[in-house]
Amino acid sequence: MSGTFVGMPAFPDAAREALADSQQRRNLHHATHTIRDKRARVVGEVGNWEELRVAGAEIKDRVLTHLDTYLEQLEESLTRAGATVHWARDAEEANRIVVELVRATGADEVVKVKSMATQEIELNDALEAAGIDAWETDLAELIVQLGHDLPSHILVPAIHRNRAEIREIFLREMGQVGTPAPDGLTSEPRELAEAARRHLREKFLRSRVAISGANFAVADSGTLVVVESEGNGRMCLTLPETLISVVGIEKVVPTLADLEVMLQLLPRSSTGERMNPYTSMWTGVTPGDGPQDVHVVLLDNGRTEALADELGRQALRCIRCSACLNVCPVYERVGGHSYGSVYPGPIGAVLNPLIRGTSTPVDKSLPYASSLCGACFDACPVRIQIPDLLVRLRTRVVDEKRGGIPSGEEIAMKGTAWMFAEAKRWERAQKGSELAGRALRRRDGLGRLPGPLSAWTDARDAPAPPEETFRSWWRRERGTDERA
Amino acid sequence: MSARDEILGRVRTALQDAPDSPPPAWTYGAGAAVADVPALFAERVEDYRATVQRVGAGQVADAVTEALGSAGTVVVPDGLPSEWLPDGLETVVDDGSLGAGDLDRIDAVVTGSAVGIAVTGTIVLDHGPGQGRRALSLVPDLHVCVVREADLVADVPEAVARLQSSIDAGRPLTWISGPSATSDIELQRVEGVHGPRTLRVLLVSEGP
Repeated sequence: MSGTFVGMPAFPDAAREALADSQQRRNLHHATHTIRDKRARVVGEVGNWEELRVAGAEIKDRVLTHLDTYLEQLEESLTRAGATVHWARDAEEANRIVVELVRATGADEVVKVKSMATQEIELNDALEAAGIDAWETDLAELIVQLGHDLPSHILVPAIHRNRAEIREIFLREMGQVGTPAPDGLTSEPRELAEAARRHLREKFLRSRVAISGANFAVADSGTLVVVESEGNGRMCLTLPETLISVVGIEKVVPTLADLEVMLQLLPRSSTGERMNPYTSMWTGVTPGDGPQDVHVVLLDNGRTEALADELGRQALRCIRCSACLNVCPVYERVGGHSYGSVYPGPIGAVLNPLIRGTSTPVDKSLPYASSLCGACFDACPVRIQIPDLLVRLRTRVVDEKRGGIPSGEEIAMKGTAWMFAEAKRWERAQKGSELAGRALRRRDGLGRLPGPLSAWTDARDAPAPPEETFRSWWRRERGTDERA
Repeated sequence: MSARDEILGRVRTALQDAPDSPPPAWTYGAGAAVADVPALFAERVEDYRATVQRVGAGQVADAVTEALGSAGTVVVPDGLPSEWLPDGLETVVDDGSLGAGDLDRIDAVVTGSAVGIAVTGTIVLDHGPGQGRRALSLVPDLHVCVVREADLVADVPEAVARLQSSIDAGRPLTWISGPSATSDIELQRVEGVHGPRTLRVLLVSEGP
């Protein structure tokens, strides 16, 4: 696994490879079930959970339908509070802005708070190309970075790794880039966390520039919010002289009061806790406390594409809690890498095609990476109708293919429609399937079909047809043909 | 065209035919029905494996001595009530000149707090007088935090309402729910990563 998601294969190909990794499947099963149970317990404690979900959705919808107004208000509040606001149309522009800001400080390294937006724009690569070391400080991000790996979960990017693998990565890699892991390190989580503390401490104490994202940006005050657990966020947001925050334009909420809803929804949905250990809120520059050089980069990078889609717009409500990943039967088995993006799982299957478009093989295939069971909607704290969006995006993928030479699937579907249209044809087809069923007796499935039919069986287990159809059984048992 | 104007233009184009969304039908700032707020607060803070000691207003200094244990060096913010500190305790009073490295060599910090939330077991610092700048309650490994019962609320909405004035004053906020923790290794919670690994909370009642 290399350090980029660019050029990822279509979901079924990547998934087949992931499914063959039994260690990863065990790690994922254990992790997703643990967090699912924790979430269910703390959500069950909240009497008005459904009202909170509705309020969360309404707050976000209100923001999204007046996004221009709230963004202008946010910019004004931030500027008044002493922050400098930058706007970035896409990843390249955002990276350029951040690199220039870091260069202007003269620093050759930055500490980073875990941030989906900076993952999305692949900021670390841009910094590296500019000769700037970017140190990830979230434990899971550190594991991914030291392992030259890719994130596979929104909340726990190293969810696919178990403790033994993490120990090996720490022993092998930490010494290359700073304080080495202690001799005799075991795979006890407590010891591994201690090794990370020691490794990162010197970086926190000496770094002059930090880069963060934000979970929320309050329009009327210019307050940014970072929700975290370890204290690495507080270190980055407090100790350096310069703080650069890359914030997606959909992160804005109108007022501080709206956080009373979000701060109840997010921790319970995300880590399955009543509240996460640390939440930091800062409003521009506070004299004598924390960074005195504060920048905010407001990022579009395809969000306005999603905003233009009447149904797809609701995907921008997402607060990146990852509850939908943890309950998804598909994610639980294939893991995050197969989705070809930093946004995996059900939300990734809708968000990626909406913001990146449906031109690459992986983005075309993502709307199909679902059984449409609906568990994701039930878990979503802001009520994103993920199954509806998946179906809508499938329509879009099919519509974009219309015209030109029909695919094998289209021909097969047309033939099936013709067969279903007349009872006689259906009857004849069933006779054929009974013959096939007898020929394939004692086989569970069809296996891989030859030629163009393999496209169907490569992504599905097609059962062998029964030796007797229901109609034949009915005639045999009841002796009459109902149509007669 | 500037990036700003182009993005705002894209937003406006995207929303041309969007139906308006009404303001949320949510009652903000509502109180929660909690019978014994201090008891629930103490229970929920302890759930995070922090310790909570309930003391009378006159017993804070003794409780601070006990909470500091064997800590050799102690830093306190300017404005911490002097009756909270034991006689003869040597402390460094922060004057803003201590760097991160200096703070790293200090064992413990004693601060006050702005708000405590019972349902979630959360303490909020608004870094006003007696609470100190953010680095103070972050770098030392032991945080002794004094919470007054009068500053407790039942749930998050009341807390946010109370904190509006701190935000209006431009103060940063730090919400603390137990000691620093991670669940990044197999989703197993481990207390103590980068923030203070030990959090001792002294909950002070109104009476003596």
